[in-house]
Amino acid sequence: MRREPPQTFGDYSPLLFPAAMLTIFFVVPFGTMIAVSFFQRQQGGFYTPAFVFDNYARFLSAFFGGVLGFSLMMAIAVAICCVVLALPFTYLLTRMARRVQIVWLVALLSILSLSEVIIGFAWSTLFSRTAGITNILVALGLMGEAKALTPSFAAVLTGMVYQAFPYTVLVLFPALVRLDPTLTEAARTLGASPLRAFFTVVVPALRNTIVATLIMVFIFALGSYLLPQLLGRPQHWTLSVLITDQAIYQSNMPFAAAMAVFLVLVTLGLVALTVIAGRKGEAA
Amino acid sequence: MTSIFRKFYFFLIALFLALPLIVVAGVSVNQKQTLAFPPQGFSTSWYGEIFLNPEWRNALFASLTLAVLSAALAVAIALPLAWFLWRRVAPWATIFQLLGVAPFTLPPVITALGLLTFWATAGFYGQPWTAVVSHAIFFVTLPLVTLSLGFTSIDRSLVEAAATMGADDRTIFRTIVLPLILPYIVSGYAFAFVLSLNEYIVAYMTVGFTMETLPIKIFNALRYGYTPTMASVTVLFISTAAVIFGLVARFGDLPKLLGAMASDQK
Repeated sequence: MRREPPQTFGDYSPLLFPAAMLTIFFVVPFGTMIAVSFFQRQQGGFYTPAFVFDNYARFLSAFFGGVLGFSLMMAIAVAICCVVLALPFTYLLTRMARRVQIVWLVALLSILSLSEVIIGFAWSTLFSRTAGITNILVALGLMGEAKALTPSFAAVLTGMVYQAFPYTVLVLFPALVRLDPTLTEAARTLGASPLRAFFTVVVPALRNTIVATLIMVFIFALGSYLLPQLLGRPQHWTLSVLITDQAIYQSNMPFAAAMAVFLVLVTLGLVALTVIAGRKGEAA
Repeated sequence: MTSIFRKFYFFLIALFLALPLIVVAGVSVNQKQTLAFPPQGFSTSWYGEIFLNPEWRNALFASLTLAVLSAALAVAIALPLAWFLWRRVAPWATIFQLLGVAPFTLPPVITALGLLTFWATAGFYGQPWTAVVSHAIFFVTLPLVTLSLGFTSIDRSLVEAAATMGADDRTIFRTIVLPLILPYIVSGYAFAFVLSLNEYIVAYMTVGFTMETLPIKIFNALRYGYTPTMASVTVLFISTAAVIFGLVARFGDLPKLLGAMASDQK
């Protein structure tokens, strides 16, 4: 049976349920959110339909600029750390026995599926004074006394890298599996050390993949909504945390929605960049 | 890279990934209600607490119900869509595929906030079933991607042979297509199930004030009083995920599934 265009109305019937569900529960909520971002906030957490730009005007404040700048800087730092750690790791993983690969993939998937609540809890325990890593260092005689490592910027960064690392490996994995092994073999035959072959052959061959991965991990890190709150101080809060805070605790839905719309625009712009980077990768 | 260097590098990565989990596992066997590490005494009572304490048991039950139902709904949305895209030439219909992938690509807080404003406007805010629908939409990407991959792996000559011998669409779907894509349905369901079990922000924004799922319960415990039960739930979650993904790997082609997922996301 060849693929053929739908001829009768009945041919479209399988599409009805998915199309209806996605439209009603994704497109409409999305539209609602955009509408609410223009609404007028009332005292006491309510909002009334209106068409005002007040919520967007608040972006112009120094406070918002600071949060936005910090969020972008944080996501860039996470993306760079993850790719630097994951690229050699994934490359070596793809050269290992299939059985070993599968064990690692199952472990990475399990960690990736962990809730941010759980990751935040696990790291705050690890960084705490009573149960933390410093106790191990004290036991080894490397430190005088145990102390808390959280809240701090380093704690937030570590937690977010932990969260994004499995994702980075899984994004890099298919590209590295497909990488032609004869490339490095040729470099090795010509006398390059394995390390030199990695940096002069593998990394340049994957330039577009690396750029695309950096952007995807960046978007992933932008979405982190709890770790900055659990492991950092208020000045370490990112845009996602601020949106949650405004929506739930400050009951300022219009402002939260306006920030969310802004975050969508940033994300979509970056997705477009990834697609362009991907296209170039195919052409090369 | 020399072998010793490589082993050391892999060991460091494994340590980085495992360390928080080791500490949490240690905390979960404390004798008294303290989050000490190394644990003081040994007791498995905090694992029993998940099932015996009514609050934690209710949260566990809520999470399981939510995950079972929302993953089923996600598959029910993804299956006809993926089948239609495979069976028909309808380029404009790929917009629905795009819509199916979008909630998972955007930062989760956006989908969560969109659904919060939607349910609040529609007047259903806080009803338990809204969480099921919300999670199904949020995670529809996973079965959609695995199923799209499953359909492309079907040999079309099988289907043609059946059609030549007079089978109609319905018969072909039941006797040929369904058995061939069953593994992909199962893995799509498994991915959606595990992620729904762990999901916090969408559940919190839709039903956070009326229902407690396990992640919400852990978050509340983080704010209003630590207990080693949080640690035992974490161990339970990571083990569940490892078992489910281990089964997917055992009965399916995990590297292939992941290869397709990542290339689809690009």
